[in-house]
Amino acid sequence: MSWFSWQRVAAIARKEFSHLRRDRLTGGMIAGIPIVLTLLFGFAINTDVRGLSAAVVDEANTAASRALIADARATQVIDNLVPANSPWEIEQLIRSGDVSLGIYIPADFDERIARGRAPYAQLLVDDSDPQILGTARGLSGLTLTPISQMRDSGIFEFRALYNPERRTAVFIVPGLTGVILSLTMVLFTATAIVRERERGNLELLITTPVTSLELMTGKIIPYVLIGFVQISLILILGTLIFNLPIRGSLTDFYIASGLYIVSILTLGLWISTVAQNQFQAMQLTFMTFLPQMLLSGFMFPFEGMPRTVQWFAEILPLTHFLRMVRGIVLKQAELSSLTSELWPLAIFFVVMMTLATWRFRKSLD
Amino acid sequence: MNDGVAVHTHALTRRFGNLTAVDELNLNIPAGCIYGFLGPNGSGKSTTIRMLCGLLTPTEGDATVLGIDVLADPESVKRKIGYMTQKFSLYTDLSVAANLKFMAQIHGLGKTAARTRIDQQMERFSLAERQGQLAGTLSGGQKQRLALAAATLHEPELLFLDEPTSAVDPESRREFWEFLFEMVDHGTTILVSTHFMDEAERCHALAILDKGALVAEGSPPQLLQDIPATVIEIEADASITRAARKALLEATDIFDVAHLGTKLHALVDQNRAQPLDYVGNILGSAGLQGQLRKIDPNLEDVFVMATRDIRPGLAT
Repeated sequence: MSWFSWQRVAAIARKEFSHLRRDRLTGGMIAGIPIVLTLLFGFAINTDVRGLSAAVVDEANTAASRALIADARATQVIDNLVPANSPWEIEQLIRSGDVSLGIYIPADFDERIARGRAPYAQLLVDDSDPQILGTARGLSGLTLTPISQMRDSGIFEFRALYNPERRTAVFIVPGLTGVILSLTMVLFTATAIVRERERGNLELLITTPVTSLELMTGKIIPYVLIGFVQISLILILGTLIFNLPIRGSLTDFYIASGLYIVSILTLGLWISTVAQNQFQAMQLTFMTFLPQMLLSGFMFPFEGMPRTVQWFAEILPLTHFLRMVRGIVLKQAELSSLTSELWPLAIFFVVMMTLATWRFRKSLD
Repeated sequence: MNDGVAVHTHALTRRFGNLTAVDELNLNIPAGCIYGFLGPNGSGKSTTIRMLCGLLTPTEGDATVLGIDVLADPESVKRKIGYMTQKFSLYTDLSVAANLKFMAQIHGLGKTAARTRIDQQMERFSLAERQGQLAGTLSGGQKQRLALAAATLHEPELLFLDEPTSAVDPESRREFWEFLFEMVDHGTTILVSTHFMDEAERCHALAILDKGALVAEGSPPQLLQDIPATVIEIEADASITRAARKALLEATDIFDVAHLGTKLHALVDQNRAQPLDYVGNILGSAGLQGQLRKIDPNLEDVFVMATRDIRPGLAT
């Protein structure tokens, strides 16, 4: 008898499908989780901060100071102005969370400008939220231009290449395909073998001729298909609701996705051979999920991270998938130009599959 | 190759930490019979079966199953045997037919062969009208039949059954044993563990295990014949049986006293002359009364004798 039989692989895969068919809730979640999360994050996550409230103390109250305030408002970063009487009062308002910014214009504002004695005014920022800090930085640069009359003589012409309207959803949704799958796919397979153990099926299964590799392959196949269903759902929602442009080739997108799906499925399989029960499997899954979400470049720019963290992040499948999916969907990149992202995923898949197959023992020792 | 021997072990031992679950077990199980492992819970029955199935690695010793060295090649053993676990281990959320189909494919049966074989098994184990039902919703007896049908789908030469009937009613148990006799008639060797005396009596040969060690072996008639004790049955008032047992256990020539319903069975050393008077005197001097009768030993007596504590005086 051979050591690898597709018949046995098919039997395992078919059995997994039957489990899913019986388990209505899990079946529903296959479609439910990507739909709900895409809608939620697509609408909710906004890195382009606008509409903040600012407290204003204008001690100068001159034409120049009023022009400054009007310009700050014109950026749309500040939407609501709250008059205040002193810098101390601004701090109180920021501390209580009523405003995120404070503008303080001293009485000698015009004089300072005339003598070129910076700083001319002060911007107080609630930097307990780093996003606001980033936005305020942009604001502090902007306020000077009208005053120093540099409006027409900017050094750079600014051109956003792929998302000029700065719609966060365009940036978020492609990455979201990878983030959602890194949760759902890993959870599916992480519980796959542990569940057999907990329900007492494993003792019977390991007394049959099925081999470790057949079992692992059979456990993956159904979820590859489910992965493609989920990723398609997210993509469809992205184009219909968030007007996501798909600039590259769909074939390239699905090839990249396929490689990503099998590599994170094997991550789950490996977890399944380590964990003793479903609760442990769940905890380990979250331990792999959070670093992927936070360090892959989905939440924060990859280049901004310390070098050692970047090395670590290069191991994570989501890091590579994210670059590919943003490349293909937004930048119209071809898969052939993304091979540097393909082979790390392939290596990850082979290593994890080997580890899982090797760790799984057909014994009760 | 087999020389008519299905299972052979030499000094088979398995330890879990400090606990010795199976202690230097020597077995020689002939092919074509029903061989029983009789023993209390924790006597090492399941551990022995799991070692013979290639699921647990022995700490020491050798085991040969169907001519294959289990330690060297457990996977080859797994292809030739059938194993019915103590706990129901088929998929409760799959139907009867789906479970059988899955097992047939795992065992590498071809498509048409599998269909014929599944129909055969469902017919034979009266599961045909339940084929669409989920396995989890079957009754205890039906579950056992399904488990047996699955374990014998690939027509194994050797079948391991680990306490197969502990969760079913006596009627289903009788029916279940009819299936076993039928299979033995067709040449299958069956190794079954149990703690039921009526099941043990049906085996062709028995091994009595206690604390991981083999304490008696032989066919039931032979074990009855070889018991080194005379059995005295004591019928006494229910209120004094406990006191009577205590008094008897302190006597030097009484191995053990078994409680069987309202009666006591005193196992008196067979070298003791006049065992009736001996027991009568012990009871008399304790101020107790009862009807005494010398009876033929039964398998329960053999079991009590074999698994007794070495110093009966300490037993309670």
